[in-house]
Amino acid sequence: MNIHEYQAKEILNGYDVPVPRGRVAVTADQVERKAKMLGGRCVVKAQIYAGGRGKAGGVQVAYHPEQAHEIAKEMFGKRLVTPQTGPEGLKVRRILVEETVEVGREYYLSIALDRQSSRYCLIGSAAGGVNIEEVAASSPEKIHKLLIDPYTGLRSYQARKLAHALGLEGGVAEDCVQLILNLYRCCLDKDCSLIEINPLVVTKAGWLLALDAKINFDDNALFRHWEYHEMQDYSQMEPLEISAAKFDLAYIKLDGNIGCMVNGAGLAMATLDVLKEKGGEPANFLDVGGGATREKVAEAFRIILQDSDVKAVFVNIFGGIMRCDVIAQGIIEAASDSHCDLPIVVRMDGSQVAEGKALLEQSGLNVQCADFLGDGAEKIVTMLQQAATDAAQGQERG
Amino acid sequence: MAILINQETRVIVQGITGKTGLFHTRECRAYGTRIVGGVTPGKGGIHVEGIPVFDTMEEAVRVTGGTVSMIFVPPPGAADAVLEACDAGVELVVCITEGVPVKDMVLARQVVADSKTLLIGPNCPGLITPGQCKIGIMPGYIHKPGKIGVVSRSGTLTYEAVKQLTDAGLGQSTCVGIGGDPIIGMKFIDVLERFNADPDTEGVLMIGEIGGSAEEEAAAWIQQNMKKPVAAFIAGVTAPPGKRMGHAGAIISGGKGRAEDKIAALTQCGVCVASSPTRMGVAMLEALGRA
Repeated sequence: MNIHEYQAKEILNGYDVPVPRGRVAVTADQVERKAKMLGGRCVVKAQIYAGGRGKAGGVQVAYHPEQAHEIAKEMFGKRLVTPQTGPEGLKVRRILVEETVEVGREYYLSIALDRQSSRYCLIGSAAGGVNIEEVAASSPEKIHKLLIDPYTGLRSYQARKLAHALGLEGGVAEDCVQLILNLYRCCLDKDCSLIEINPLVVTKAGWLLALDAKINFDDNALFRHWEYHEMQDYSQMEPLEISAAKFDLAYIKLDGNIGCMVNGAGLAMATLDVLKEKGGEPANFLDVGGGATREKVAEAFRIILQDSDVKAVFVNIFGGIMRCDVIAQGIIEAASDSHCDLPIVVRMDGSQVAEGKALLEQSGLNVQCADFLGDGAEKIVTMLQQAATDAAQGQERG
Repeated sequence: MAILINQETRVIVQGITGKTGLFHTRECRAYGTRIVGGVTPGKGGIHVEGIPVFDTMEEAVRVTGGTVSMIFVPPPGAADAVLEACDAGVELVVCITEGVPVKDMVLARQVVADSKTLLIGPNCPGLITPGQCKIGIMPGYIHKPGKIGVVSRSGTLTYEAVKQLTDAGLGQSTCVGIGGDPIIGMKFIDVLERFNADPDTEGVLMIGEIGGSAEEEAAAWIQQNMKKPVAAFIAGVTAPPGKRMGHAGAIISGGKGRAEDKIAALTQCGVCVASSPTRMGVAMLEALGRA
């Protein structure tokens, strides 16, 4: 789960990690008032669920409150497109107004999960700032990594090792040691899958400050952090993705016109791969879960049909233990409720396949059944083309 | 011979009295698996389906002589169940539970790694030696005894792969679903090592997907050590470069994780990579030189 920069900074501040003075605002007038409170000169930062804002104009310095107002007015309601958002961008609904800081040096600092060693990993670099990924790719020796032993946890000496590797000395180095230990404490307490400070700066006056912050929570741990539900900003998510999440369905909107419903993420990805191979364009990724139920299947189908780009639906359920007649009932229920006359291809495997197929064929829906993944994908692409040709001919006649 | 489990394997089910645990206990037993006991704290002393239930793993192991545990305990207690099974000294723990917090698994995996117990999962379909023993939630009927080892990060995509093998006339020695979570017990290489040493396995089909670098690591290992033909499929070739987790993901993986990278790495190391998910069975035949 993603949260905004200002929320991450509030959490970190609670762990004695120093952050710039700042306030969040939801209107341009508020931005202006907050700017006045900060003495006029301030940084105006768009709050979206993606990085790379700086280069996209999402972070700007204002020299007086009126200018902050102007900048905010332009940012609000704008869709910010960064390398991490996709081409459609993300709407700016909240803005963080912060004091400006006299930056001495910039560093990169994070705690993340290292899959290879199956441990949390402390990462730091003296080459912090907006180009950190290029640094990682071109000169990996400038990135320092320390694996954290789950028995001992992160120890002061390790934090000191990293602080010195970053070139910090004396009092600032010891401040950094404390900051790193606090980050780790936060990571465990809050079940973070990522805490990233980029940049961490040493100000010209010699103080450490987290100028930007990003926190991701482990989705699997949400059951023990009820407070996180209120932190979610739904304006940053696709409406259909929100309704899907309510039913525990993984849904991602894509650009094509063939709605897809599959059980299991791996099979769902493979299904999209086959559709593309056969000349189709998937409208979404949708995983109903390994052991889909009738209710979930019906709900997933409704969500797919709510997307107006969808012109055909491909269902691929490899249930195995699940009964196909039950899945078929779920599909029929949702399709009939939504008065769906779009072409549908259903590929099912599991028990009671014949009964499931019979139900679908007698349903009166525009549906075909398939036995294999490949022929299912071919069928839906053909049906879609046929529907398009029919529509064109209909128009000519009309 | 197969790997890890066979018809002699004695299985204890942790979370046996829950709805899912009980359902799959029945399914596994119907397949022929020897389920010798179950554990649900607070329900010790009862029997379900004629299977004795215990309060603790220690007692269950002592009384039944079970050597493998299958876990259906819900996420808040799943890591604890893994630790308990490990402490009770079982040889293999298969954790089916989906949604176990990462923090819990980081510690549990380390404890398991330092013991003689092996862990499969969490968030996995389990493993099966066709015709002998099924420990997991996969449909038994798609499998057929034979000589192909299957190892996969995915759940239902593994079923698709197995069905294609069976349809192509290729039976399986053992199929292992290692799970798709960031922190898991046995990884590709741990399973490949065992297939390599198993006289009854002639070739291996490996199913991967985008993200992480486990496939690249496996590719390097295969080139160095594998004596048997390997075919593979990587799901997600057409996945859009979607939601990313800050910079740290990219920095850790060092540019790995995309399907192209994985396919290139595997191909370079002599693995026959299926060009389409409809050709997994065919790719295995090709790797065996029988296409």
